[in-house]
Amino acid sequence: MRFVELVRFALGAIVAHPMRSGLTSLGVVIGVAAVVMMTAIGLGAQQRVTSAISGLGSNLVIVMPNFQRGPVSQGAGSGMSLRDSDAEAIARQVEDVAAVAPTVTSRAQMNADGTNWNTRIDGVTPDYLVARDLTVAQGRMFDEREARQGKKVIVVGPTVARELWGDADPVGKRIRVRTVPFEVIGVLESKGNAGLGQDQDDVALAPLAAVRSRLVGRRFRGDTIQTIYVKSTDADSLDRVQEDVINLLRDQHRIRQGEEDDFQTQNMASILATMQQAVATFTVFLAAVAAVSLVVGGVGIMNIMLVSVTERTREIGLRMAVGAKRSDVLIQFALESVALSMAGGLIGLAIGVGGALGVAKLAGWPAAIPPWAAPLALGFSMAVGLVFGAYPSWRAARLDPIEALRRE
Amino acid sequence: MIAISDLTKVYQMGEEKVPALAGVSLAIERGEYVAVVGPSGSGKSTLMNILGGLDRPSSGSYRFDGEEVGAFSDDELADFRRRRIGFVFQSFQLLPRLTALQNVELPMIYAGMAPAERRTRAKDLLERVGLGSRMGHRPTQLSGGQQQRVAIARSLSNRPDLLLADEPTGALDTHTGEEVLKLFDELNRDGLTLAIVTHDPDVAAEAHRRVAFRDGLIVSDERKAA
Repeated sequence: MRFVELVRFALGAIVAHPMRSGLTSLGVVIGVAAVVMMTAIGLGAQQRVTSAISGLGSNLVIVMPNFQRGPVSQGAGSGMSLRDSDAEAIARQVEDVAAVAPTVTSRAQMNADGTNWNTRIDGVTPDYLVARDLTVAQGRMFDEREARQGKKVIVVGPTVARELWGDADPVGKRIRVRTVPFEVIGVLESKGNAGLGQDQDDVALAPLAAVRSRLVGRRFRGDTIQTIYVKSTDADSLDRVQEDVINLLRDQHRIRQGEEDDFQTQNMASILATMQQAVATFTVFLAAVAAVSLVVGGVGIMNIMLVSVTERTREIGLRMAVGAKRSDVLIQFALESVALSMAGGLIGLAIGVGGALGVAKLAGWPAAIPPWAAPLALGFSMAVGLVFGAYPSWRAARLDPIEALRRE
Repeated sequence: MIAISDLTKVYQMGEEKVPALAGVSLAIERGEYVAVVGPSGSGKSTLMNILGGLDRPSSGSYRFDGEEVGAFSDDELADFRRRRIGFVFQSFQLLPRLTALQNVELPMIYAGMAPAERRTRAKDLLERVGLGSRMGHRPTQLSGGQQQRVAIARSLSNRPDLLLADEPTGALDTHTGEEVLKLFDELNRDGLTLAIVTHDPDVAAEAHRRVAFRDGLIVSDERKAA
């Protein structure tokens, strides 16, 4: 008995009832499509989160003041424990540091040639560009001296430039931030809209001293800073740099053993890892839910195969009478079940890939069809066919030919 | 060719044991044309099932060309049916999905014959039974007599040593029944060994030997003078 002939028998039975076969496969179609789609969407989300977080700057330790002590607890960053001297100490004493960028931040109304735009303004030093992986597309960044002197120059993000000046070149233009006049000296390269729902290009950078003295609140002392970005030279030294920064700042702030820090640090790598893990968990969860429908599809196949075996009892008896072995009958029905399931798997794969591409396009994130989607979908549907076809096939093979031939 | 001695078959029906064959001994030589007759429940169908390798005896011996068929495994029985036996049933037992040609090909597929070879043989056989022009028809498009002739062609496809027919004319009218009997007669004249189970005296009259059953035992075994 040739295997090819058994395949032909199986396919013949499927083709003989196209409607029934189609409906039987539908469960697997939906199951496989759902698994492929959920996995692809999850991976797309993961890539998006990764690019969003690494867009904030790689190998970064972010230092912020801790909660302000007192009767009312305020959010992280609301304290004023960080000073210029802290940033200077980090730059001087911590090894493997590529850039240290102390910053203050405010929101401000900007006015240029009669047009208004409200945006975030960061008071920074030139190292900020290094720390946050930013580049200047037009004009230039202010230098160390200008930053120290608090010169009223400003570098704007692409969104700000577009909102205030349209397509015109803003370099050299005058701008009023609240009531303070600044001169635009550069435009940042676009970072795209890959952020977590926020436009990373909607920002303006000005010398730290200028922003601190003219734009942020009165409660700030002359040397207060809000955030220090510390960039390590490579990913491997990131954890050590973080450790060193913590120890150094505890020293600087004279915090005794057992006392709580008055600052906190965040490591970009660990934030990224946490986010990625969260998304991955979510993806597995979605895929697991989708896999349930695959099992339901398998039960559908088993159901129809059992009906089919009952219906074709006489056929089975006749096949046995003309010389089919029990194993021939078993394989024929198992192949039928596997073929039904795999046909469903193929169609489901196509629908799943199409759906994932469609969702990615709608959501505006990169489509991530993993290369193992096809073998996985086909492997799974084959396994479903085998598992759920096993019992009906076994029933068929165990029939007594005499009884089977007598059945009406 | 066939040597049966002291064959019994007991069916277990719940608590009760029902004897279908109560010690049967019989020999059939190559080229014989045997009619097995008897009332229903006399054991003649049970004997046919055992002769055809569809069932196993409870005790006794069934030798086919010296081989003890009663000791065969399931797979050996399947081989035995495929190589040695041709079955013709009262209800034809054609697969409705397949054409006449495909139905005749079926046993040859299980025998592993190459597609071109078995197609040629199936065509020859259908022509032999007078259905050369009906090869592409499905069973529902054929009359009862035609369907039975397809079934006979199928039973001959693997060149059996023994053709077993269970009431082959039972579902046919007198005229088509006679045609089928004529075909059997021709096949027997060409050397095929035939055993037909029937309770139609006209059918039994065609055979050269008449074995009568009653209550699981052979009550008469008569040979017609040729």
